[in-house]
Amino acid sequence: MNLIAQIEAEQIAALGKTIPDFKAGDTIRVGYKVTEGTRSRVQNYEGVVIGRKGGATISASFTVRKISFGEGVERQFPLYSTNIETIEVVRRGRVRRAKLYYLRSRRGKSARIAEDANYKAKA
Amino acid sequence: MRSGIIAKKLGMTRLFLEDGRQVPVTVLQLDTLQVVAQRTVEKDGYTAVQLGAGTAKAKSTSAAQRGHFAKANVEPKRKIAEFRVTEGNLIEVGEEIIADHYFAGQFVDVAGTSIGKGFAGAMKRHNFGGLRASHGVSISHRSHGSTGQCQDPGKVFKGKKMAGHLGAVRVTTQNLQVVKTDSDRGLIMIKGAVPGSKGGWVTVKDAVKKPFPENAIIPAALKSAAAAAHKAAEEAAAAAAAEEEAARAAAAAEQAAAEEAALAAAAAETPATDASDEGEAK
Repeated sequence: MNLIAQIEAEQIAALGKTIPDFKAGDTIRVGYKVTEGTRSRVQNYEGVVIGRKGGATISASFTVRKISFGEGVERQFPLYSTNIETIEVVRRGRVRRAKLYYLRSRRGKSARIAEDANYKAKA
Repeated sequence: MRSGIIAKKLGMTRLFLEDGRQVPVTVLQLDTLQVVAQRTVEKDGYTAVQLGAGTAKAKSTSAAQRGHFAKANVEPKRKIAEFRVTEGNLIEVGEEIIADHYFAGQFVDVAGTSIGKGFAGAMKRHNFGGLRASHGVSISHRSHGSTGQCQDPGKVFKGKKMAGHLGAVRVTTQNLQVVKTDSDRGLIMIKGAVPGSKGGWVTVKDAVKKPFPENAIIPAALKSAAAAAHKAAEEAAAAAAAEEEAARAAAAAEQAAAEEAALAAAAAETPATDASDEGEAK
């Protein structure tokens, strides 16, 4: 492991975040800290994960897509951001791609993702 | 003016801060950075320190260089650079500089050799706008356009910005902030980008366009000084521990004496419990 990877691994350990096992196709709820003036509160953002990138590095991130008031909204979160309070998996989806960019051109029925009923977490 | 340092650019990463901010940082490493020679007014007409960093194989170092390093009694170095210093800030030959030389929050100037881009067009090299995508422009969308007038002056002026070689020159980036230092591993983290490729050598100096920081270590953060400070701290800790031990022993002795007195008192009069309580209270 080179020194940069080592520094990143140390920082990830120091941040001490527990990140649930989730992948593209899963529906997740992200609790994101929002600061308004001096007050800060946690805002929930729920949607389908359409991709993860960055692997095991500190710059890893994931994209969550949802339909908000009939408009598709995508939001990228840094996986190890200190602004993220919680990540909850709401539903496991069964997909055959790592990146679900095809969802962008779909609406309604064709944009559904089948539920992975017998999901097994990787050891 | 104190000495700068030579460092190796390891690459970039990011730091997540408690308040939710993320800071992009370049990681620089100090690799056995030692003073190889001094330049003095008497001998050279100016004062400077020559630093060497990294390790070079002795067999691939020229005989002249080997002699130079042998004179300083240091291992052959991979990279050498000179830093002008004021007379009071000269450092002894052979001393090693550590990453504590800079502190978090300090501003520095970093110089290095930028990544070579080869022969680059005017758009990339000088940020020209290029020509239009349509309206009759034919196969010259990224060209520089006109280079001047006509028969008068009848030439292209010298210094006209045109296509040519880009990059691979010495570039200094000023006023970069130090975010973190790690003297154990010799790392300095600097906010933002630094010229050059990964594995390249850069020189770091105190920012010339900012006031000199008061808590900077003068003449430099030296390994010997750090070792001495560490030793002193250890000695102080040991002394404190010894003192504490002595105090504890004294307290134990006192307690033993008190207990003995209580026992004696208990033997002398009855009821025993009351007497022992009294003895301990004393």
